[in-house]
Amino acid sequence: MAAIGRGILRRGIVGLPAVGSGSAARSMASWFGHVEPAAKDPILGVTEAFLADPSPEKVNVGVGAYRDDNGKPVVLECVREAERRIAGRLNMEYLPMGGSIKMIEESLKLAYGDDSEFIKDKRIAAVQALSGTGACRLFADFQKRFLPDSQIYIPIPTWSNHHNIWRDANVPQRTFRYYHPDTKGLDFASMMDDIKNAPNGSFFLLHACAHNPTGVDPSEEQWREISYQFKVKKHFPFFDMAYQGFASGDPEKDAKAIRIFLEDGHQIGCAQSYAKNMGLYGQRAGCLSILCEDELQAVAVKSQLQQIARPMYSNPPVHGALVVSTILGDPELKSLWLKEVKSMADRIIGMRNALRENLEKLGSPLSWEHITNQIGMFCYSGMTPEQVDRLTNEFHIYMTRNGRISMAGVTTGNVGYLANAIHEVTKSS
Amino acid sequence: MASLEGSVFSSVVQAPEDPILGVTVAYNKDPSPVKVNLGVGAYRTEEGKPLVLNVVRRAEQLLVNDLSRVKEYLPITGLADFNKLSAKLIFGSDSPAIQENRVATVQCLSGTGSLRVGGEFLARHYHERTIYIPQPTWGNHTKVFTLAGLSVKTYRYYDPATRGLDFEGLLADLSVAPPGAIVLLHACAHNPTGVDPTLDQYEQIRLLMRSKGLLPFFDSAYQGFASGNLDADAQSVRLFVADGGECLTAQSYAKNMGLYGERVGALSIVCKSADVTVRVESQLKLVIRPMYSNPPIHGASIVATILKDREMYEEWTIELKAMADRIINMRQLLFEALRTRGTPGDWGHIIKQIGMFTFTGLNREQVAFMTKEYHIYMTSDGRISMAGLRSQTVPHLADAIHAAVTQIQ
Repeated sequence: MAAIGRGILRRGIVGLPAVGSGSAARSMASWFGHVEPAAKDPILGVTEAFLADPSPEKVNVGVGAYRDDNGKPVVLECVREAERRIAGRLNMEYLPMGGSIKMIEESLKLAYGDDSEFIKDKRIAAVQALSGTGACRLFADFQKRFLPDSQIYIPIPTWSNHHNIWRDANVPQRTFRYYHPDTKGLDFASMMDDIKNAPNGSFFLLHACAHNPTGVDPSEEQWREISYQFKVKKHFPFFDMAYQGFASGDPEKDAKAIRIFLEDGHQIGCAQSYAKNMGLYGQRAGCLSILCEDELQAVAVKSQLQQIARPMYSNPPVHGALVVSTILGDPELKSLWLKEVKSMADRIIGMRNALRENLEKLGSPLSWEHITNQIGMFCYSGMTPEQVDRLTNEFHIYMTRNGRISMAGVTTGNVGYLANAIHEVTKSS
Repeated sequence: MASLEGSVFSSVVQAPEDPILGVTVAYNKDPSPVKVNLGVGAYRTEEGKPLVLNVVRRAEQLLVNDLSRVKEYLPITGLADFNKLSAKLIFGSDSPAIQENRVATVQCLSGTGSLRVGGEFLARHYHERTIYIPQPTWGNHTKVFTLAGLSVKTYRYYDPATRGLDFEGLLADLSVAPPGAIVLLHACAHNPTGVDPTLDQYEQIRLLMRSKGLLPFFDSAYQGFASGNLDADAQSVRLFVADGGECLTAQSYAKNMGLYGERVGALSIVCKSADVTVRVESQLKLVIRPMYSNPPIHGASIVATILKDREMYEEWTIELKAMADRIINMRQLLFEALRTRGTPGDWGHIIKQIGMFTFTGLNREQVAFMTKEYHIYMTSDGRISMAGLRSQTVPHLADAIHAAVTQIQ
């Protein structure tokens, strides 16, 4: 009797198998047994494959991280100095939810101009964000919360993670034409058509400079026309600026598109990243800003952006922010940074010239003008996935299958080999 | 120049001030020389200053001086060393779950980030969308899980009458939870009450939860900070992992390594098999990539540097124990000060509660009185951060509590 009683008690409330210490838990199946393996990230998977390749000739022109002429990652001198100054500081206290005020101030000056009236009038709602990704995600979540019926127009092609960001924010996506595969340049006419045909008041994602993955940017004239059409259609321009300074070597020049839109009276949104232009990749340093009607509204919008950050990560990481504000807030360090950014941009421009020259010297039947027309870290070569596969399989050259070459991975040491290989796989096309 | 049109965001209203951070805002505005800030939960020294642990300074110097270090992107899942060491820290280095490759660990942005990523993963891949959180709990839990896509319910936890655990209420509420529901448990040093179940009570909770297939999600924000001993503070988690079942754990290094603003944390999911673990980790990446791509490197590097070095690890445990001991000492001093004053009521909970916070049991009116008359800043739920107390401010706080309790009911 007693044994049966004990058995019943141990069986628990809902008649499940006896619970001893361990037995019930061990006999249950996993709650996550149905979980499918996720597809690998298309960009990051390239570097994985590169690392696994034992060939001494291998070349990685996949991921967009800067390399010096020896193919090595670079930590800028201005960053090392800033870190020396920061180490051993008084505390590591939480930043406010909106992040470092100093870092935000400096970021706004960089994007909107040192003397921007919008900064003076305190019309910009801005928060520190987790690099460019984090800035775009905060904006996407904010867009969903306050304009739940809106959608986002994204260029074809774009950085693949843009699609993931707005999808996870539950904002429906549309696309607009951008890249012309025949000219390997901007399909301006189609782009303008799509802008005109979109319903009034649509949200558009624009790459401020050095479009990723194509390297194709509108000219200044074209930007003015785009801005004008945006006025007519009352569209909202959201700029993703991940390469300021890195494109032309001059941050002011690279912000031209944004400044044109500001002059024309648009109230823009802007995502800024310090991953490439300050080489702070893993520090996740960035800024999201939204230009508002007035100071009151900017305060309200900022408070709401903070409400989105709080349940995501509470407050942003302090280290990268300190590096940015230390550099930009010190005239000497800022000047050093500008020099270093220019030399990175110049090296890339030099490699573009070298790759094109090499291909032309090899007598390629194709035009390679686009290599030097395009700007920034990436070159959209126009090669097919099959040609890219041949590059990888026969020549151990690693790049994404859309034919995107990260020029930052090209060096004087490998440009000849790269040109040869490209010529080999394309000469009969 | 005039802008074109009204802003598309002109309907956006200002969000309310965060209740916890608002306390510090008010404190900063007060000119009184006797003001005391017992609001936010960040550790302060006997001198009332924030603290960077010595071992953290050393680790940072090592990193700064190592010119071979670069700032490249971490993988989406974060720093591999950091992840392995964090799992060992919470589950124990001899944990069979780790040895059997059944733990998926991803670096996240402190406790908040770990909870959010875990919540989002569950909302996408788990069959039950309800999470039960204790009443009361940290103010940000509800928002984190709601935005992750889960529906939030509560279970009884704190008993205002005893200022201790409402154990019967807890068991009763979890007994009627739908099978499979997720249950948030504070691994130790419950925030805001400081009230923790005993290990025996945890064992009963474990049996109940496993019999109903309830999924444990541990929030471990104070490991080592509660008792001063890292292993002791992980017992609740290890009890559950030892039975071979599945669970989630969010770890934070904000308090126990003083890395607050560096946002260092880890989410671990303990699965039934290595095969499931691999797939789970791959799906975690899909949650993280569109949120911030990959986590920040600096804080995680500091943690990994310390955890993997025998001597630095020892130094950390000593500094950690010193912080925990100072807090335990403040509890003792406050308790004695109230006893000396003959303050009405039973104040034993001050020394029974554990961790950074004490739920005093004072009501809103009493708290408001203490702020107005004695310049004591604390949250209106009666929670005080013991970390903000110093031996020289204890008498003033005791006076304030005494006055509040005797003058206001």
